[in-house]
Amino acid sequence: MSDQEKEPIFSARNWKLFTAPLDHNNPITVQVLGICSALAVTVKLKPAIVMALSVTIVTAFSNLVIAAMRKYIPDRIRIIVQLVVIATMVILVDQLLKAYVFDVSKQLSVFVGLIITNCILMGRLEAFAMANKPWPSFIDGLGNGAGYGLILIVVAFIRELLGSGTIYGFPVMEKLGIFKTGYENNGMIILPPMALILVGLIIWFQRSKHKELIEK
Amino acid sequence: MEHYLNIFIKSIFIDNMIFAFFLGMCSFLAVSKTVKTSVGLGVAVIFVLLITVPVNFLVEKYVLKKGALIWLGEGFAGVDLSFLTFMVFIAVIAAMVQLVEMVVEKFSPALYNSLGIFLPLIAVNCAILGAALFMQEREYENVLEATVFGVGSGIGWMLAIVGIAAIREKMRYSNVPAPLRGLGITFILTGLMAIAFMGFMGITL
Repeated sequence: MSDQEKEPIFSARNWKLFTAPLDHNNPITVQVLGICSALAVTVKLKPAIVMALSVTIVTAFSNLVIAAMRKYIPDRIRIIVQLVVIATMVILVDQLLKAYVFDVSKQLSVFVGLIITNCILMGRLEAFAMANKPWPSFIDGLGNGAGYGLILIVVAFIRELLGSGTIYGFPVMEKLGIFKTGYENNGMIILPPMALILVGLIIWFQRSKHKELIEK
Repeated sequence: MEHYLNIFIKSIFIDNMIFAFFLGMCSFLAVSKTVKTSVGLGVAVIFVLLITVPVNFLVEKYVLKKGALIWLGEGFAGVDLSFLTFMVFIAVIAAMVQLVEMVVEKFSPALYNSLGIFLPLIAVNCAILGAALFMQEREYENVLEATVFGVGSGIGWMLAIVGIAAIREKMRYSNVPAPLRGLGITFILTGLMAIAFMGFMGITL
């Protein structure tokens, strides 16, 4: 992310907009947004990273566009306007992925298209971009995209390491010689249910750190 | 006939929207607190899938695919509009949901009242767009196949949400560790249910 070059316009408030979603206001584990397309792409690190980047870009830019237009959007048809903006961004990202990383685009299959209905987007547009200036909205989009990506990458890291014994395609377990001690890859981790259970465990971990998030 | 039955069973149990692809998780987690509301949402999802999947199938076949516009004349044979898929699908879904809402309101106020707030929400339910995109990816051959797939996916989704709602109602009497209460335990429960559903894998009729 290019937050370093933009440092001068990063006031303390904007910085907080960026970091809150990474921690105690995470879109997935706290706001419960965007789980739909999150979990199916976490078997390997590479698609997870591509997905995280795509969502971050789409969230940031659709936040920016909607925030810039927020005064001209009639209230009654705002959902359609938001969907059109999001769909345009997703089409751009999809075409770029198809052009430059075709194999990953094939792996992600329908999940790139599903970014459109990812609740993070609608959620942030409704909750933030409709009421704030373009620049803070852009940061908010970046932050929420990154918070989403963080969970994706953590889950994908665990699943790839334990499930296939590799990190980003590099056979770590084999190089370390762990297989000789009788260790075997855990095939269960690759199956979809384990993604859900891992997220459950991440939520457990996070809530035992942040007591204020505990539900009654 | 067997072929359609196969698609039907497959879309309910094996390719279950929730347990195999995590589609529609947002409303799945948010609305599954009581069995009654989750039945309402489930019915609404089946209903919308029943209508949008075949409509999107026809749009895909006669408008979007490469060479699909040939019925307009020879000159259109080379037109490929497939890059517009996402936008057209989401527009069709939003429009159909609106239409369904109006029709239901007019002809069956009782059903309208019970579905109530859920209908408009469904336009942004990932399961609906997901079904449309899977329908495109799996290249079903005719409208009937697409419809059967749509209804099957809807029923699978409803099974999942009613199941988890029933479990969550019971969970109120259990002693769950505080940080795991609410969202955390629901995730883990869904995972366990999904493991049970993996037992259906590999079934063909």
